[in-house]
Amino acid sequence: MTTQRVPRPQPRFPEPDTEPFWKATKDHKLTYQKCNDCNTVVFYPRRHCTKCGSANLAWHTSKGLGAVYTFSVVVQNRNPSFRDLGAYAVGYVDLDEGFRIMTNVVGVKNPSTDVKCGMRVKVKWEDQPGGEISLPLFEPA
Amino acid sequence: MANQRREAAIVGIHEYPLRVVGPDVSAMHIKVESARKALEDAGLSWKDVDAVYDAGEGGLGGLEIADYFGFRPTVIDTTAVGGSSFEFQAAHAWRAIAAGKAKVALLTYGSTAHSQSRAIGTGGATGQGAPRPQSNMEDPWGLTLIAGYAMVKQRHMFQYHTTNEQFAEISVATRLHATRNPEAVKAMTDLAFVGTGEISIQDVLTSRMIADPLRLLECCMVSDGGGAVVIASRDVARNTKKRPVWIIGSGEATKYPENGGDITVSAGAQSGPIAFAEAGVRPGEIDIAMIYDSFTITVLAILEDMDFCKKGEGGAFVQGGRLKFNSGKKPALNTDGGGLSSNHPGMRGIFLLLEAARQLRGESHSQVPNARLAVATGNGGQLGSRHSTGAIILARD
Repeated sequence: MTTQRVPRPQPRFPEPDTEPFWKATKDHKLTYQKCNDCNTVVFYPRRHCTKCGSANLAWHTSKGLGAVYTFSVVVQNRNPSFRDLGAYAVGYVDLDEGFRIMTNVVGVKNPSTDVKCGMRVKVKWEDQPGGEISLPLFEPA
Repeated sequence: MANQRREAAIVGIHEYPLRVVGPDVSAMHIKVESARKALEDAGLSWKDVDAVYDAGEGGLGGLEIADYFGFRPTVIDTTAVGGSSFEFQAAHAWRAIAAGKAKVALLTYGSTAHSQSRAIGTGGATGQGAPRPQSNMEDPWGLTLIAGYAMVKQRHMFQYHTTNEQFAEISVATRLHATRNPEAVKAMTDLAFVGTGEISIQDVLTSRMIADPLRLLECCMVSDGGGAVVIASRDVARNTKKRPVWIIGSGEATKYPENGGDITVSAGAQSGPIAFAEAGVRPGEIDIAMIYDSFTITVLAILEDMDFCKKGEGGAFVQGGRLKFNSGKKPALNTDGGGLSSNHPGMRGIFLLLEAARQLRGESHSQVPNARLAVATGNGGQLGSRHSTGAIILARD
C-alpha cells in the first residue's frame, strides 16, 4: 500500500468490548478470547460467550498465522482515507487458533491476481499515527 | 398443496413512479403520496388504517410516524432490518391481522438517496457515530458495501467454481424485464445509464470493475423512490377493488460473521424453509421469484438457500436465460427490472411485494401467464457481514 494522505478510520473509545484488543496491538499482540466453560473461541471481543452465554472468558494471544478466507479488491472507494490508495484487498483471514478477522491483505504486487482464497498469510503490523494502536494487516506467509 | 389460509391479503399497492425527485420532495412526501394511492387502489380510505409499519427511513420514529400521517393506529411496528424490513413487516401484519388486532395495515417506504448523493455502495466506513464493537473491528479496513458482497461472490466462485458468465445471467434477465417497464426505462434514462436497452452476458463481463469480482452491471442503481402496500383482513379483502393476494407463508432470520462460518450461505437458509413449510409449497412450484437483487451474488445465494436448487448449483440453475419471464421455466425473476435496472433507493424490499402482487393480479409489464404463486425475499444489511433475509409467500385464489 502506498502512503495515505488521510488516516484510516480508527477504532474509537470508550468502547469497552474491543478496548482490550486494541490496547494489546500497541505491543503487536493479536489477541482473542476463549470461553473457560465451553472452550468456544469468541471474536470479535465481547464479555460473554456467544455459544453458552458464560461471562467466564479468557484472553489469549494468536501466533498471527492463518489463511485468507475470502476477499475483494476495492477499485472504487469515495472515502478520502482510501480513495487514493489504488486497488487494495479487504477480506477475512481465518487464524489458526480458530477466529476470523476482517483485515487488508498486503505485500503483493497485484492484489487482483496475487491474493487467493486459502492462501497462507501472517500478520504485519501497521502502527497508527499517535502510537497508541497498531493495525493487524496480513501478508503472504 | 398450498395452504388455504386466507387471513390477510395485499389489497392495495403503489410504486412511486419517479427515481429522481425534485428538491422540494422529501422521503415523507413519497411515503404519504404512496399511502394515499395504495389506499385508493384498494378502495379504502385514510381513516381505515389501524396498523402502521415503518422502518424509520423517513426520519421519524415510532412516536412520530402516526402523528405525521394523522392516523390513530393501535398496532405500531417499527421493525427496521434494512432492505428486508418490508418482508418482516408484512409477516408481522399478517400475524396481527390473524390475531384480530388489526384490519387494515399500511407499509410505506420513501427515500431520496439519489438526490442526496448518498454514496451507498462505494462510501465505506466513515469512522463517525457512536463506536460499536463491530465498527471498531471493521472500520479501519476500507470495506465498501459493494466489497462486502464481492467477498461473498469471491468465495462462491472459489468453493463452487461458479463463473462470471453465470452471475451475469441475473443482470441480463432483469434488464430484459426493465426494458418492458416504462418506469424502469425512465429510471435508467434519468439516472444516465450508458444504455437502457437489453444487455448481453458480454456487456456485463466487460463493464467497469467496482470491487473485484463485482462489476458495474452486477450492482444495483442508487435512485430515489418509494411505495406502499396495504394488507387487510379477509373480511375487508372481500370488498376491495382488486383481486386479493394472500399471504400464505413467512420466514424471518438474520445472519452474521462467525468463526468458521460459510459466507456463501445467507439468512435465507434459515428463513426460506420456514416460509415454504408454512405455505405448503415447494420452491419448484413458485411462478415468480422476487429476490432482492442488490447484486448478482445476492440472488444466486438466496436461490440456493431457498432450495430452488442445491447449494453451490446456483450457477448452473440460472444458465440459459431461465430466469426470463418468457423462458417457459419457473421461476421468473424480478419481472419489474429489479434493483439492477428499475428501482433501488436503498431498501428495495417493498418493491418485491409490489411486483409479486402485480403478477398475481395479472398487471405486470412482463406478465407470466396464469401466475399463481410468488415469493418475495428481501435482504437487508450486508450479505458478507450481518444481514437479514425475510421471505413472504403469496398466492392468488
